[in-house]
Amino acid sequence: MTTDWDVSALLEVMARDLRPLIDPEQAAMIGIFTGGVWLARTLHAALGLQQPLGQVDISFYRDDFSQIGLHPQVRASDIPFDVDGRDIILVDDVLYTGRTVRAAMNEIFDYGRPARIRLAVLVDRGGHELPVAADVAALRLNATAGEHIKLRGPDPLRLELEQRSPQP
Amino acid sequence: MSATTFRFGEGNPQYDAQGRLRHLLSTEGLRERELLQILDAAESFLSIAHRSVKKTPTLRGRTIVNLFFENSTRTRSTFELAAKRLSADVLNIAVSTSSASKGESLMDTVNNLMAMQVDGFVIRHPEAGAAHLVARHLGDSALVVNAGDGQHAHPTQALLDVFTIRRLAGPIEDRVVAIVGDVLHSRVARSQIHALSILGCPEIRVIGPRTLVPEELSALGVHVYHDLQAGLRGVDVICALRLQRERMESHRLPSLDEFHRRFGLTPERLQWAEPGALVLHPGPMNRGVEIASEVADGAQSVILQQVAHGLAVRMAVLTILAGAAGGE
Repeated sequence: MTTDWDVSALLEVMARDLRPLIDPEQAAMIGIFTGGVWLARTLHAALGLQQPLGQVDISFYRDDFSQIGLHPQVRASDIPFDVDGRDIILVDDVLYTGRTVRAAMNEIFDYGRPARIRLAVLVDRGGHELPVAADVAALRLNATAGEHIKLRGPDPLRLELEQRSPQP
Repeated sequence: MSATTFRFGEGNPQYDAQGRLRHLLSTEGLRERELLQILDAAESFLSIAHRSVKKTPTLRGRTIVNLFFENSTRTRSTFELAAKRLSADVLNIAVSTSSASKGESLMDTVNNLMAMQVDGFVIRHPEAGAAHLVARHLGDSALVVNAGDGQHAHPTQALLDVFTIRRLAGPIEDRVVAIVGDVLHSRVARSQIHALSILGCPEIRVIGPRTLVPEELSALGVHVYHDLQAGLRGVDVICALRLQRERMESHRLPSLDEFHRRFGLTPERLQWAEPGALVLHPGPMNRGVEIASEVADGAQSVILQQVAHGLAVRMAVLTILAGAAGGE
């Protein structure tokens, strides 16, 4: 079911909280497919970043590849700026276990050595399994394992909350 | 073993009981869905060659064996590099250095390697059906990629060719493709024809002398030409084939010169095709026989791009097959 969270308002919160942390001349942004890229497009414009927007598809870096195989739809990662020494803002829709963020960071390091990576998410739903924390989160929740939060889009962007029976 | 038509389900050893692609043995019988998945994944792998670290951790901890009973430089080295860029460990076994020359059978070799807990085989063998035999023997226990079996199939070559066409010539659904040369004995041509058909190529032509391009080939849904000028008219993509010198010994051709005079691709003859038509060749080339150097090194040649594409396509194939191996 669609929640009544207003994604545009949450995006404004993300932009507001990111602004004091970055230098728009130097910083660069990378969105994680698919939801993170949708959000990053808006944030990139709102923050007036000079570097072109990057995007990563973490399919080849997932730690559960040997259990679930290749995602049926893989998109090409594209980081159109020099990663070395750069301040990077990594954008994703929902932070849950932290495994996606770990995979994305592994991929980014295959392009070069950034000076810093900050993580900005729309929702930090709790339930982290790795020492990964968001520097910016528009919404912080304590969701249960049975609650699935998903960003739908791209137009309009809306957050969905679904109750599923927890895995035995 | 002769080339056999495999269908989905029980008869097609490429698929497991759940319908997942476990082995790549032939482009024949592949579904469009899997073909497109391979090409799309290859698109992503192509960009990895431009990173500072040209590797992904996808196949970390797996071991892939290149088992080659026939000479090959390009195919073997791109498979090796593909597996290494996926972080797999690679074992290269060539026939001249293996116990096959001491009479060990293909299956004994495979069983010995399986005892070393390997995860996949890339097999080239002079007998048609060798990779099928191994895939049936192994079932779900390891992946098998056919890297060329006799005159039967060479699926990754065909996949890299359609990948090259799709990237550089545009949508396959409205391109006219001609395959020129010894189509009858070519595993590359056979695999190209199936791949192009599955992807909806509206017109596939085969061009060559009657002894190498018999009329019966039209049963594969292709248009047969014995005249290069007529055959190239309106063509967007030309796939040259390597002329095997053994054909001369079997008296199917009077001489290499005679073949070059009638079917060799020269700059003048390239004008018969559509302007800017792409020229592909699977290598190794016989310069001055099926292709003139001016064409091979010319602006319309995409032969070196094919090599780069071959690496990305083989990474995609290994990833998809290895991915299907998990999850039980």
